[in-house]
Order: sequence, then structure tokens, then C-alpha cells
Amino acid sequence: MSERSLPPFERIVELHGPALLRFCAAQAGRERAEDCFQETMLAALRAYPELRDAGAVRAWLFSIAARKAIDAHRARARAPEPVADLDPLARSEPTAPHDGALWARVRALPEKQRQAVTLRYLGELSHREIAGVMETSDAAARRNVFEGLARLRKEIGRE
Amino acid sequence: MSNIHRDRVTSGRSKGSGPEGDAGKGDELEQRLAEHAAPDAAAWARLRRELAERASAEGLVDVAFERHDSPLGPLLLGATSEGLVRVGLPAEDEEAVLEELAERVSPRVLRAPRETVTLARRELDEYFDGHRQRFDVPLDWRLTRGFRREVLRATARIPYGRTASYREVATRAGSPSAVRAAGSALATNPLPILVPCHRVLPSSGALGSYRGGAAAKERLLQIEGAR
Repeated sequence: MSERSLPPFERIVELHGPALLRFCAAQAGRERAEDCFQETMLAALRAYPELRDAGAVRAWLFSIAARKAIDAHRARARAPEPVADLDPLARSEPTAPHDGALWARVRALPEKQRQAVTLRYLGELSHREIAGVMETSDAAARRNVFEGLARLRKEIGRE
Repeated sequence: MSNIHRDRVTSGRSKGSGPEGDAGKGDELEQRLAEHAAPDAAAWARLRRELAERASAEGLVDVAFERHDSPLGPLLLGATSEGLVRVGLPAEDEEAVLEELAERVSPRVLRAPRETVTLARRELDEYFDGHRQRFDVPLDWRLTRGFRREVLRATARIPYGRTASYREVATRAGSPSAVRAAGSALATNPLPILVPCHRVLPSSGALGSYRGGAAAKERLLQIEGAR
């Protein structure tokens, strides 16, 4: 499997770009989503010829995005966006209109849970791929998703 | 290509999820989390354009390509920093052409603007309008080598509106008996139209074969008044 030659990068952009953009929007916030997307794609393109396992390209791409998103997320925590941000349907954005209030809650989860839940549902990654991105065991990846979901259910139930 | 990600979105992730199943199959919360559609087409196009510009500015695009409408149908024009490296004819599978470029030149293949491609577009338009008889756009010959390259170089010297036989081309490439090899060199011409393999015909006077199909060959010869 790892001997497969790399597909043209164009294909990577078309195939994984939309999910990557959603992931960036959920992780870094709408304001920084496009920067996160572009910086991830540029970093990936730069390193692409050295990628050894063509089959692992999705997890590899999201691990780059996860690092970019953490940087953006920290910048965002230092300078919170206005409250209006909680209403993401207020204006058009490149990502799909998903449940904005719910994703605002996801963004407020502890870092590991936030990342695991986002990778799982917006990135459509398997638990194994999430483990690869977050450099944890498969079991820890599964637990991070599970605990994130549990916390969200509790918060929603409290209202 | 755009329907690929839409499929992924509507059908969930079938590959890679393994025995865990699709993310969207859980309870209501999981379904709400998994709900999303493809990005807005205009916004996606803008992001793609910005990516292409930034990647080009940083020198990260080893093969830039664009599609170009022609009377034969859509052509794919690929260029390296040295020149035009590949012209994909409408009869060719675009994905296969891009994969060939990824394998033989560099996997850093991206749809992006490139001066050489812009120049090639203009010259091709003029050619199809009957206003251009020779191409000045720089060519990158790296996809062909050895005898095949000699055959194509000899082919490039056949004047507009004229034709030559396979044997004549083989002779000019230095090997009069290698008619069959000359034929396969022409059949794998990476730069059709600009390297005019359509001007090479069997000595029987028949049309012969063409990578882009016999109809395309006939059309090109008609444009040039050679048939």
C-alpha cells in the first residue's frame, strides 16, 4: 500500500479540501478558517513529494490542519471574537451552514475533546485516523470523542 | 471533479471508517454534528484561486495546468517552469494525464495560472482561427527521450499544411528502418498539435491513427488546408 505513487496534488485538494475547510472553520473559527485552510494546503504542498504513504494522506493532511488550528485557536482565545460570532448563519461563509450554536459549544470543549469530535464529525475521520492525527492510542481517540459527546449532551440537557 | 466531495458528504465515509461505521449513524446529537453540505461553489472557487496564486508565488507548483476550450473539445495544458510539457487531447482521460504528470514530473500538480499556459492558449486560439502557422510557446520535452524524442523533433519541422510519411519521419530521425518505432513515438506524443504529429500519414494515403482520434486528426489537417 505504501508503495503506491502519490496522486497529483490537485486531487488531494478536490477530494479532501471541503472537509478540511469545515474542520478549519469549526476549530479555528470562521474568521480564521480560510487562513487555516490556505496555510494547511501550502504546508502540505511543500512537503508533499516527501510523503511516503499515499494511503495515509488524509490523516496526514488533518494533522497539519490540527496544528494550524491550534495556533489559530490560541490566538482566538487571547482575543475573543465578538458575541455575534455565535450566530454563524448571520452571513454567508464558505463552509456549509451547519448547526452553529452546537458547534460553538464544540469549540468550547477541552482541547482534546474538541479536536477529536471535530475530526470525527466534520473531518469524517475514523478513530484510528484521529489517533494518528492526535498522536494517541486508538482507545484514547475513541475516549476523547466519547467524553466530548457526553459533555455536549450534559450541557444541552441542562437548558 | 466537484461531485466527488458531494458524494462523500451525502454518503458519509464508507472507506477508512472500518467496523465503526459511518459517523452520521449515531443518535440525534451525532447526526446534528455530522450534518454538512459541500462548500458554496463561488466561495470554493475563490479559495482555489487564492491557493493557486499563493502556491505559485511561493514556487510550490511544479506542474501548473488549466483547461482550454478548443474546436476539438477541452484541451488540458500543463506547464513546468521550463515550458509547456503536456497537451491532453479531449479523447484522453484527464485524470490519467494528471497522474502521468504526477508520476513522471512531480506530484506537485495543481490547477494554477502560468504564463506559458496563457501564451499557449492565445497561440492555440490563433491557430484554430487559421491565423497562426507556427507556435512560439516554449516546450519542455522531458516526457520523451531517445529515439522517440528525435522522431518528435523531426515531426516538429514538418511545415504547416504539409504532411510526411512515417518512413520519412523515421529517416529524418536517423533510422530509416525504424518505421514502427516512429509510429509509437508519434502515438505517445506528449505535445500534440504543437508538435504536429497529425501531419504524419501512412504512405498509403490513408489517415492513419491519432492519439486524439481520427476525427481530430482530420479536423487539424482541414484547418491547415492539407486535406
